[in-house]
Amino acid sequence: MKKTVVDLLLLENKQLNKDNFLLKLQSPVPVSDIFPGQFVNVEIKEAQEIFLRRPFSVLDVDYQNQTISLLVKILGRGSKKLTETQPGVQISTILPLGKSFTLPEKNDRILLIGGGSGVAPMLFLAKLCGLDPENVHILIGARSISDHVDIEEYKPFGNFYFATEDGSLGEKGYVTNHPVFTNHLNEFTKIYTCGPDLMMKAIGRIALDKQIFCEVSLENMMACGFGVCLCCVEDTKAGHKCVCTDGPVFNVNDLKW
Amino acid sequence: MVNLGIRIHELDFKNPIMLASGTCGFGEEIADFLDLSRLGGIVVKGTTLKHREGNAYPRMAETPSGMLNAVGLQNKGVDNFIANIYPRIKDIDTHIIVNVNGSTIEDYVALTERLNELDKIPAIELNISCPNVKEGGMAFGISCPSAEAVVKAVRKVYSKTLIVKLSPNVTNIADIARAVESQGADSVSLINTLLGMAVNAETRKPVLSTITGGLSGPAIKPIALRMVWQVYNAVKIPVMGMGGIMNATDAIEFMIAGASTVQVGTAIFIDPTIPVQIVDGLTLYMERHKMQSVSELIGSLQC
Repeated sequence: MKKTVVDLLLLENKQLNKDNFLLKLQSPVPVSDIFPGQFVNVEIKEAQEIFLRRPFSVLDVDYQNQTISLLVKILGRGSKKLTETQPGVQISTILPLGKSFTLPEKNDRILLIGGGSGVAPMLFLAKLCGLDPENVHILIGARSISDHVDIEEYKPFGNFYFATEDGSLGEKGYVTNHPVFTNHLNEFTKIYTCGPDLMMKAIGRIALDKQIFCEVSLENMMACGFGVCLCCVEDTKAGHKCVCTDGPVFNVNDLKW
Repeated sequence: MVNLGIRIHELDFKNPIMLASGTCGFGEEIADFLDLSRLGGIVVKGTTLKHREGNAYPRMAETPSGMLNAVGLQNKGVDNFIANIYPRIKDIDTHIIVNVNGSTIEDYVALTERLNELDKIPAIELNISCPNVKEGGMAFGISCPSAEAVVKAVRKVYSKTLIVKLSPNVTNIADIARAVESQGADSVSLINTLLGMAVNAETRKPVLSTITGGLSGPAIKPIALRMVWQVYNAVKIPVMGMGGIMNATDAIEFMIAGASTVQVGTAIFIDPTIPVQIVDGLTLYMERHKMQSVSELIGSLQC
């Protein structure tokens, strides 16, 4: 898919909870095909201290209305500035970037595990995977119910489970302590995950051990997003690979986890 | 109609706008975004005799108006370049220039000999200024005798256009420029990145795995402009200017300070269409100032 630099109009900027915002952006031209796990690199304007673009995984695309939705969690100066942007402003983006998750096959039963803003590509994958919702299981982890991103419209696409560190929503503990993970992992043919590094490593190692197909989406710091700066490399079994172009999605088998 | 063409040694560039090594891959990575044939030249990723994995992650830190990198010349080596990359890029209608690196003079010479065989590589950029490798790299570019020695050795085996990329991490860059000119360099390009550092105050650890790295972006533009002007006044060979060029006005400033061509680097990370926008902006500027040829612009600083 051809990558382009395009100005998108910020249509909506909705605060979901303390740190998470849902941004809906409209393209002046038809949106090219974007698959779950791919990302857009967003320019943060009028912020002198912010020089580089910020990458965000795509939450959803509406091809008919030419809109792209991003889930933006405040992690630093760049994401904070972006969440302060008012609707009506044009935002420069580069898209679509990176490789997507491998879409499941007809007979797969999948477990999607999202942590923090990593839920975005998991929800997008649940929506687009084409499986019977009975075979789509989505486990979401957060520190507390106040950090949980609740997006009602994705409920029909699968069975949802929750884990919070303080027990305020779902099971108390990490996603790897949740019964769906501890007791039922062997029932799944594919595991997909996006979230904090430690969470993905814990999941990835267990998947490796149980020899279950597992793809993870990495978030290494990048400058360009399209494979020229070579800054975001992950040390894989095949040497340094660019997270922006060889990933961000990797099969755990290829990583040194 | 303005004439953007410029001659460097025996090489005619269709315009003075080039892509800087290490910021554009081999050109093909950014071909979706811009028509590469509209550029004067592309200096492709730094190449070494043997495959290099580069430095460990993290390799990048954002800084005020710029960034630090410590990639460390990650590349698959010259054999891979000749076998796999060269056939794919050789017919792009612009000058493809290879950035040449080595740990020893023998490495530089052996690599140059290989590249001399390639018909569609009309020039090399000898990198004696990479701050991110333990051996060679910048070590050759920070003293006149070592800079002379490497240029002298490479000149013996290279018959085409030889550009030498200079380090700003020196006391007097004009001395280094004169030294490489004396050994037969056809042009000098400057500046490579400035040695810098970033610290995480919370963890009290360096941000980069290598502790220090190379600073680029608009933060270094005033230093780069000053050095281009100093070198322009010190040597007779043409100067290629770079360092924080983000738009046509920046490029024009470098040319006024003495650059015959300019290289766009870090700006590509922000917007890979910028180099072509600069070609258009330069044309408009020349029309507005009623200039026929870019040579009227080069070194036209009114002091």
